[in-house]
Amino acid sequence: MKFDTPAGTNPIDQGKVVGRPTPRIDGKFKTTGTAPYAYERHDVAPNQAYGYILGASIAKGTITSIDTAEAEAANGVIGIVSTLDHKPVPLGPMNTANLFGGGEVQHYHQAIAMVVAESFEQARAAAHLIRVDYARGEGSFDLKRAAPSAEPVEDSEKRQGDFEAAFGNAPVTLDATYTTPDESHAMMEPFATIAAWEGDKLTVWTSNQMIQWNKRDLAKALDMPIEKVRVDSPYIGGGFGAKLFLRADAVVAALGAKQVGRPVKLSMQRPLTFNNSTHRAATIQRIRFGAGEDGKLTAIAHESTSGNLPGGGPESAINQTELLYAGENRLTAMRLAILNLPEGNAMRAPGEASGLMALEIAMDEMAEKLGMDPVAFRKANDTQVDPMNPERPFSKRKMIECLDRGAREFGWERRNPQPGRNREGRWLVGHGMAVGFRNNLLMKSGARVRLSGDGIVTVETDMTDIGTGTYTILAQTAAEMMGLPIERIRVELGDSDYPISAGSGGQWGANNSTSGVYAACVKLREQVAQSLGFNSDEVEFADGQVRAGERSFPLGHAAAENDLTAEDSIEYGNLDKQFQQSTFAGHFVELAVDAYTGEAHLRRMLAVCEAGRILNPISARSQVIGAMTMGAGAALMEHLVVDKRFGFFVNHDLAGYEVPVHADIPHQEVIFLEETDPVSSPMKAKGVGELGLCGVSAAIANALYNATGARVRDYPITLDKYLDRLPAVA
Amino acid sequence: MTIDHRTLLASRRGVLAGSAAGVAVHSASPAFAASSSQKADADPTAKVSLKVNGTDHALDVDTRTTLLDLLREHLKLAGTKKGCDHGQCGACTVMVNGERINSCLSFAVMHEGDEVTTIEGLGTPDDLHPLQDAFIEHDGYQCGYCTPGQICSAVAMLQEIRSGIPSHVQDDITEDPSVTELEMRERMSGNICRCGAYSNIAEALAEFAGETA
Ligand code: FES
Ligand code: FES
Repeated sequence: MKFDTPAGTNPIDQGKVVGRPTPRIDGKFKTTGTAPYAYERHDVAPNQAYGYILGASIAKGTITSIDTAEAEAANGVIGIVSTLDHKPVPLGPMNTANLFGGGEVQHYHQAIAMVVAESFEQARAAAHLIRVDYARGEGSFDLKRAAPSAEPVEDSEKRQGDFEAAFGNAPVTLDATYTTPDESHAMMEPFATIAAWEGDKLTVWTSNQMIQWNKRDLAKALDMPIEKVRVDSPYIGGGFGAKLFLRADAVVAALGAKQVGRPVKLSMQRPLTFNNSTHRAATIQRIRFGAGEDGKLTAIAHESTSGNLPGGGPESAINQTELLYAGENRLTAMRLAILNLPEGNAMRAPGEASGLMALEIAMDEMAEKLGMDPVAFRKANDTQVDPMNPERPFSKRKMIECLDRGAREFGWERRNPQPGRNREGRWLVGHGMAVGFRNNLLMKSGARVRLSGDGIVTVETDMTDIGTGTYTILAQTAAEMMGLPIERIRVELGDSDYPISAGSGGQWGANNSTSGVYAACVKLREQVAQSLGFNSDEVEFADGQVRAGERSFPLGHAAAENDLTAEDSIEYGNLDKQFQQSTFAGHFVELAVDAYTGEAHLRRMLAVCEAGRILNPISARSQVIGAMTMGAGAALMEHLVVDKRFGFFVNHDLAGYEVPVHADIPHQEVIFLEETDPVSSPMKAKGVGELGLCGVSAAIANALYNATGARVRDYPITLDKYLDRLPAVA
Repeated sequence: MTIDHRTLLASRRGVLAGSAAGVAVHSASPAFAASSSQKADADPTAKVSLKVNGTDHALDVDTRTTLLDLLREHLKLAGTKKGCDHGQCGACTVMVNGERINSCLSFAVMHEGDEVTTIEGLGTPDDLHPLQDAFIEHDGYQCGYCTPGQICSAVAMLQEIRSGIPSHVQDDITEDPSVTELEMRERMSGNICRCGAYSNIAEALAEFAGETA
């Protein structure tokens, strides 16, 4: 189905199932421990052997020798896969760092060997018996030192009007630099794969967000025909972007299984995951604003520098600044330095998460300079069109409504605009806000739906559920389309034998994958009508019945003799070129800082979101609060600490890399504006899974400033960065 | 520059292997199977008998096997999750004789005669434990990977509060603690949820704790 004109009224608008708060259909499996994750598929292949990866202990250089003799002689060892026995595997378009093979080490903890043994304990013990000699090379590990030599990113510089002149003439200006650190996805389920060969056919049961990319890139890595690879990933213990691309676990498990002639199961040990895989790259962002006394921005510049391995991309922290606020004279640009740290790549809301951490503090600072309320300042600079291309409107833009609603619900008017003046006993209390912004992305997505004689509809697609609630929203979509209660829908996900979907990433999963199911159901409805001898235009699907005029049949009758199967994809025209499609939030935070110790505690968090139709308010809300939690981590604690001498992330486990825990997170409130966006898709939905992260860290930073009067521009905002600036304790 | 950092580890392993044999001589239960008739570096195994979710099991396991891997790999009870294997995340939380532990930090052979309760022992998809029900109702999860650990931890945590075990957030540790949101959040902080379902888990716990008060 081609979607190239805005959606009119369609069966989804009935809202009998779609849009209703619906508990997850996979909930009873997840809560009882019966949902099978990758490493747990004991049943899929007999005689599984255990793999254990060895990571490089230098950041850059070459391996001169690997002595596996002692490891090979150890008990239970079946085989050892050594990087020196393989050429570097060919990489797909999404990967930068070598995944396995060859003697060159590109980053710390690069996979260089895997032991395969009868037991996990034996594989782990033997991995420590492998002796590796390296010739260590010089590397660049310090973004701050490398920044002056960073090269402009091709085509990244965008200009409009004359920024320099407007900035020079503006009566009120801001010129400030903000830094964000390297961050890790730290999803709870480590990278894990079981690989098994049957002749020249490979199956991997793995944990991956993008089944088709994984299949394609695994075939490429192993130099085999794509149709000989099967990828299965029905449950994924979190990804946040770490599992978008093929990773070393799947590659070495497949190589190992081939080498030893047995299925191999492998879970990357937690301490390896941080340096072996990808991370959100650190940024240095300079923001300049010029405004008139009326509070209207006249000049906006946002320049960001990040680092990556040779061939890697930048952290595109300037994205939102091209679109978020009005202003006639604009400049955005990126620079990229070569760093020999592990690969920088997508982590939840890549670009916007880091960009808004800086931009929305800058907005707070500018509002203060202008003597304006931060909410009013943002409203004054709203735009309903793409500022770089005023012919192009937003399909829908409810930023002002998000802010007004949020301010009202939160009690924003009670905030003391004077920083450091709001004292409650031992607590310095602060309130902060920020705008959230993230684009809505459109991707082709397919599904197959099958009606059987018992009136059950089964949805099959290689779409994934990474905690996002996919199982449930796809069931809701099919239920709505076929006029069934949700109990009569089965959903099968994550298998590359199923139709290719959009996959999970970039908050595009929900809108596109449900639209794919919608398209398949439109076809199935036609087949049903035909099977029952109806003219399909006048058929109504409701309450498990198919009706036209006086005639009515239970849906299952249409498949009484043979199952009816329909397959289709949603594909998009150029509506996303004609219209800018984005999602918006207003984030509001109350925080208290201990006046004596400086310890910060979040007290309240509220997000008001506009993201088109909300398909399932329960799981959408969870996506938003989860993202707010991640944003709290980014604001207050998350930081991969770089060892600048040896070039690796030092705090590479869950003890050293701190993420929010129960005690850090207060009650969180989410309000969705009741909207639909017919320009986006037949579902009239937009992405929401990353919106909750965008802007929230800055809202926390601004609340901390309001509480203490200490402005911190260097994330994470830890105690050491403001303790000496707390107001004097009376 | 050349680095050979394995030498130290290899020699330390030699020392450990020697001392393990020494332990075997003195240890009555569990009995180590390693003996001088086997290869010097034979992996020591030991017998352990324990009850898991009411069922008796007697196994002969590698002494390096954690309780977590005994459950996941030997008994194929994969409901208990491995998030870190280092006691840093809580995904592996189970109850041993009613108390919660990180099963990755505990060797299987230390559990002779113990009664272990895992997520599978609390409820099943068709017969949910009330806390499992509350998690579903309040959407106290997303990816589900931390969830069994959260639920096992919470069941034992409420018992800890009720039996008067103090915590850092109590105003007065000489008084009995009470089941408040603050207490529960504090005591659940060893169970990381990277999906960030904390606010919803707190609601599920409040409902369950209220019901079982
Ligand atoms: S797996 Fe045991 S605490 Fe993480
Ligand atoms: S539900 Fe994913 S980590 Fe908690």
